[in-house]
Amino acid sequence: MSDLHVVTSPATLDPASPLAVRGLTVSYGEKPALFSLDASFPAGAMSAIVGPNGAGKSTFLKAALGLIPRVSGEVTIFGHDVNRARDRIAYVPQRASVDWDFPTTAIDVVLMGLYGQIGLWRRISGAHRARARACLDRVGMADFADRQIGQLSGGQQQRVFLARALAQDADLFLLDEPFAGVDAATEAAIIEVLKSLKAEGRSVVAVHHDLSTVSAYFDHVLLVNLRRIAEGPIATAFTADTLSETYGGRLGALQIEGLALVGT
Amino acid sequence: MATFLNALFLQAGYNAALVALGAALLGFAAGAGGSFLFLRKRALVSDAVAHATLPGVGLAFIVMVALGGDGRSLPGLLLGSAITAWLGLLGVEWMVRRTRLSEDAAIGAILSVFFGIGIVLLTIIQSMSQGRQAGLEGFLLGSTAGMLFQDAVLIAGGGAAVVAIIWLLRRPMTMVAFDPGFAAARGMNVRRVDLAMVGLVLAVTVIGLKLVGLILIVALLIIPPVTARFWSERAETVVWAAGVIGAVSGWVGAALSASAPDLPTGPIIVLISAGLFSLSLLFAPARGVLASILARRAFQARVHRRQGLLALSRSEPVHDPLTLRILRREGLMRADGVATDKGGIASTRVARDERRWSIARRLHHDTALIGRYDGLTPIDEVFTRDEIAQFDAGLPAAEGV
Ligand SMILES: Nc1ncnc2c1ncn2[C@@H]1O[C@H](COP(=O)(O)OP(=O)(O)O)[C@@H](O)[C@H]1O
Ligand SMILES: [Mg+2]
Repeated sequence: MSDLHVVTSPATLDPASPLAVRGLTVSYGEKPALFSLDASFPAGAMSAIVGPNGAGKSTFLKAALGLIPRVSGEVTIFGHDVNRARDRIAYVPQRASVDWDFPTTAIDVVLMGLYGQIGLWRRISGAHRARARACLDRVGMADFADRQIGQLSGGQQQRVFLARALAQDADLFLLDEPFAGVDAATEAAIIEVLKSLKAEGRSVVAVHHDLSTVSAYFDHVLLVNLRRIAEGPIATAFTADTLSETYGGRLGALQIEGLALVGT
Repeated sequence: MATFLNALFLQAGYNAALVALGAALLGFAAGAGGSFLFLRKRALVSDAVAHATLPGVGLAFIVMVALGGDGRSLPGLLLGSAITAWLGLLGVEWMVRRTRLSEDAAIGAILSVFFGIGIVLLTIIQSMSQGRQAGLEGFLLGSTAGMLFQDAVLIAGGGAAVVAIIWLLRRPMTMVAFDPGFAAARGMNVRRVDLAMVGLVLAVTVIGLKLVGLILIVALLIIPPVTARFWSERAETVVWAAGVIGAVSGWVGAALSASAPDLPTGPIIVLISAGLFSLSLLFAPARGVLASILARRAFQARVHRRQGLLALSRSEPVHDPLTLRILRREGLMRADGVATDKGGIASTRVARDERRWSIARRLHHDTALIGRYDGLTPIDEVFTRDEIAQFDAGLPAAEGV
């Protein structure tokens, strides 16, 4: 187990990786929420970020996007600075903090995802609307296109924001707990969409909290708890050892054995 | 009345027509520009901006007099007001960023301090020899009296320019107002877009100072968006409808004020927009007070009707007085509480819908299919024949239709 700590930072960040970080430290006030983290996610794969509550998973995604400042470290998106790769990223936050009474319908929200292609001034054409509707359809929300956004259930709102991400036609999807608070049917629908993204050669990196489905849904995993605990293909990184190190005493030994078995 | 109609239809002379046009453009700019701050939930920032113009007006007058000028030149006064309004705005921003004060507290502080300084300056100007005729108090409540031709051109041109900028920036501003996190993730500079929103409001305030006055310009920035919100669930519609509401208020208000020059312009314009607001509050479809009362009562009637029919189908007694009244009124139940023939048919149908509905919920747990149905409408008005056949296939044979 001790060799887990002897991870030396790579000399350069892999330019083929959709998201690679080196020595990333992020701090709220004077208490680092992530410390000297290295990670490199593979292209065209589904990757999970796993760790207990408060481990810094959401912080990782926000820092990777440059939404919160980093104290140290480097981040590259397909080998570029994040500001040069914005159009290739779509991000769905854990819970959108929007005004739910805002005068906007589901399809309007999805159209915002298309602004990158429409531009700031051009008229929204029928083709754009059709595209937005198709994205809603992919997440099973086409029937709700003209609903005001506050009149949808939590899981439906989550799917509308996923549809907005789809509309962005990105190469890298960063999703923060896409399955939180949704029922089994919705979860199945979302995972279908994510698998189709992967089939199109796109990369998905998702924060995931349900340990029992990690090995079924994902190819690659980053275990994190303030520091990187392990990273790699599920088979090698998602083991009893790494899990017990990530969760400390919070998972029983039996539970860990059960989960790790699933992974092998 | 005749003078009012003349003014309304631009027949009261070239100057009055230009003033009405200027007021309309200003009203449009105020309504549309104010919408973004309203949607961003920062409407009161405009109040701080407006009050922070006053010291600028006073200082500009003093400086222009000191330089040997007239002191009453409108462009000079407006420039001064823009500068202190901008400083007030930066003050609010700075306090929120650097201290633990919330924005409303910062607004209160800046607003009162700047306004206080402004009043002191006006008092000093009153005591200056050139100050007596300055007429700077007109900037508090607005007036069309003594407005020069070029003043009216300035207002009309400024209003038009603001509207053009709003059109150019409408998408980033809508995006930031709705979901600043998403805008930031897309690489938008949220702080700069926020500044643009407030900057537009500042421009409207400064341009409207002479006509509407600084105390009431806030009303023209807030009332039209709030009014427009009653009529639409889409941000773009809200923005442009607010513009139209502001324009109508400005136009009619300026015409009224021109026909009775004793009436101050600002309050008249505001009262007209408040009138439009009251009408919308009461009569707007969907979000208006009347519509929601009616919708509630119609909905209540549907619920009671359905509950009553279900009770009839199970031969249970109905006790609820409203349910009884509805069933009897529609001829579904006799006075003695027994179902009529019509009531019998209707209750059988409702009972069947209820069983189909419970099967549908089991088959299509939390899918869009279920979301289409409210559990009250006759089920065959909502689902296709194929879908209903599928539900019926799930009915136990004994219960089949
Ligand atoms: N805006 C914030 N200000 C201060 N502390 C924060 C903030 N956001 C998160 N934190 C802290 O940073 C740590 C990591 O949070 P987060 O990344 O949200 O965890 P996770 O997503 O893994 O549950 C937690 O201890 C949390 O309390
Ligand atoms: Mg989180």
